Amino acid sequence: MFHAIEKEIDASGMKVSDEVAIQITDMNKWYGDFHVLKDINMTVNRGERIVVCGPSGSGKSTLIRCINRLEVHQKGQIIVDGTELTSDIKNIDKIRSEVGMCFQHFNLFPHLTILENSTLSPIWVRKTPKKEAEETAMHFLEKVKIPEQADKYPAQLSGGQQQRVAIARSLCMQPRIMLFDEPTSALDPEMISEVLDTMIELAEDGMTMICVTHEMGFARKVANRVIFMDQGQIVEQNDPESFFNAPKSERTQLFLSQILGH
Amino acid sequence: MSDQSYVRTEMLPEQPAPFGETGILRWVKAKFFSNVLNSITTLVMVYILYWMIAEFLHWAWQPSWGMSSRRECFDAASVTGACWGVIPERFNQLMFGFYPRFEQWRPLAAGILLFIAIAPVLFSNLPRKMLTFSLIYPFLAVWLIWGGSIWFPLMVMAGFGIGYTSLRFLTPVFGSLASIVIAVLAAIVWWLFLASPVANAIQNVIPLGLLSVKSSLLGGLMLSIIIGVAGIACSFPLGIILALGRRSDMFIVKILSVGYIEFIRGVPLITLLFVASTLLNYFLPPGTNFDLLLRVIILVTMFQAAYLAEVIRGGLAALPVGQYEAANALGLDYWKSMRLVIMPQALKISIPGIVGSFIGLFKDTTLVSIISLLDPVGFINAIRGTAEWQGILWELYVFLILMFWIFTFSMSRYSMYLERKLQTGH
Repeated sequence: MFHAIEKEIDASGMKVSDEVAIQITDMNKWYGDFHVLKDINMTVNRGERIVVCGPSGSGKSTLIRCINRLEVHQKGQIIVDGTELTSDIKNIDKIRSEVGMCFQHFNLFPHLTILENSTLSPIWVRKTPKKEAEETAMHFLEKVKIPEQADKYPAQLSGGQQQRVAIARSLCMQPRIMLFDEPTSALDPEMISEVLDTMIELAEDGMTMICVTHEMGFARKVANRVIFMDQGQIVEQNDPESFFNAPKSERTQLFLSQILGH
Repeated sequence: MSDQSYVRTEMLPEQPAPFGETGILRWVKAKFFSNVLNSITTLVMVYILYWMIAEFLHWAWQPSWGMSSRRECFDAASVTGACWGVIPERFNQLMFGFYPRFEQWRPLAAGILLFIAIAPVLFSNLPRKMLTFSLIYPFLAVWLIWGGSIWFPLMVMAGFGIGYTSLRFLTPVFGSLASIVIAVLAAIVWWLFLASPVANAIQNVIPLGLLSVKSSLLGGLMLSIIIGVAGIACSFPLGIILALGRRSDMFIVKILSVGYIEFIRGVPLITLLFVASTLLNYFLPPGTNFDLLLRVIILVTMFQAAYLAEVIRGGLAALPVGQYEAANALGLDYWKSMRLVIMPQALKISIPGIVGSFIGLFKDTTLVSIISLLDPVGFINAIRGTAEWQGILWELYVFLILMFWIFTFSMSRYSMYLERKLQTGH
């Protein structure tokens, strides 16, 4: 299952600040009667790169979707960038424009070109003039190495290209935090590395990132903390070195042996 | 080394397809003569088609265009089929009803201007400035067709101007919601209490207008087009709002939308037309003279909007939930995400259904003949009762079919054009 990542990163070279980006306190969530997230406590500092892993149904996607309120938590507190997430629509809109998100299935808008996808939100939410928004978009499309596709439609691109566009589209809003919800799970194996490379570059630039992923190679190289979730709870969290080499809980050991076993 | 080992050293070049597997020959073979049954069906169908067309032409190809009564057709030895004389003689009525002859340039002009007004709506590559005319057109068309003082439609337009201006200047002061309410109220007050006196006052000073024509004189294909176009134009936005309402998280909004849609869909259009022609008067204050045609247009719109809402809801339901999530995650609020992300896609999916229900609406306009409006069908019944054309039937209906077919077929072709144009998947 290890994915080869050629780029070596000196983990200590990436600075983590003391400033808190996300603070989650005693957060609980239910789907009807089903208790999905139980007493989640978590602090993310600015510049941290966190990988969340765990078996399917463990609540890891739900957790990061609570951070930009695609899911609503019922108990506890989530503070993003100093703003608490409540039903107040103003706060939600503010946080959503500060927090970028990439989805497993990219969710590009198929009726818009790549460039239009990338400029939609800056123009309509940030009120950036069209020309300026397009310049910014081209800058980020160059960063993810597909400026030549700007006038194509999403369906004309490969999965890996689409996911890189999705990353660029989020970056166009100049977010301070990026959430990744299994960004490589829907990709053909040969396209995974191009997306991971983009994410690594993003990490090198100091972006605060929370990634739900099964790419353990990525976790080892980029993350400064790995969180393991099971049955809606955080079971173990540690720096990647200790997490992979000396997992403490039995549940983690079992999970790691299953995904790394072959 | 085992026998299974194999390495290709050079790639094969492309070769041309075998004879008869490409082009027209292959198409004819595949579509018409692929097997015995298919071949027999083809031959039988060709014969049936030939027979039908030949019979029709035998009936239709007659030198009867100049005949002035059905009797003349019977007496003429050269006429053995259709008696077309009725069409040129009654053409004017079939088109304009009892609209005064010397004023008929007005509906004609309104009809021609209609094409200019809808062109920029239908074809996005036309200059956007043309949309200004599309906005003015409804007032212009109403004035042209019904006539009267020009100041009245201008004052109604001024109401929109007042609303827009107050919205523009109040938003920075009171915030968006309050200023929308104030703007709407201002416009309504203007329309209800001020527009009419002001229009009359100006008319007294500068009399400018056209001969006023009553709704009861409107008829023929013109009437169908008026009801059809007004119904389509008004029901489309209403249908979108109802579809969004039905999917809303707000319980009251949702219940109201569902109730409206299910009620309207449960009632036949004819019933609603009877309501328009008779019952509605009981609900209105005595002495109100509420134009029958206007009542019909309102009820046709209400009827159509309910069906349209369901068609559009189908499009909304077909969108993956990820589209909503991505729009939200990018910080777009509800209305922006609907307008920029969801609706363009949902409407595109619903194009066949939407155009289908518009075509249905256009044809349903002939139902107004039963509440004694003189649409083409109403006229055909009237013409059949006259002494000259007693009992004539097929000629008029064939003509009517052709007229309606031109409109419905254009709509259908436009929908195909639009689908092709909006095609972005590859």
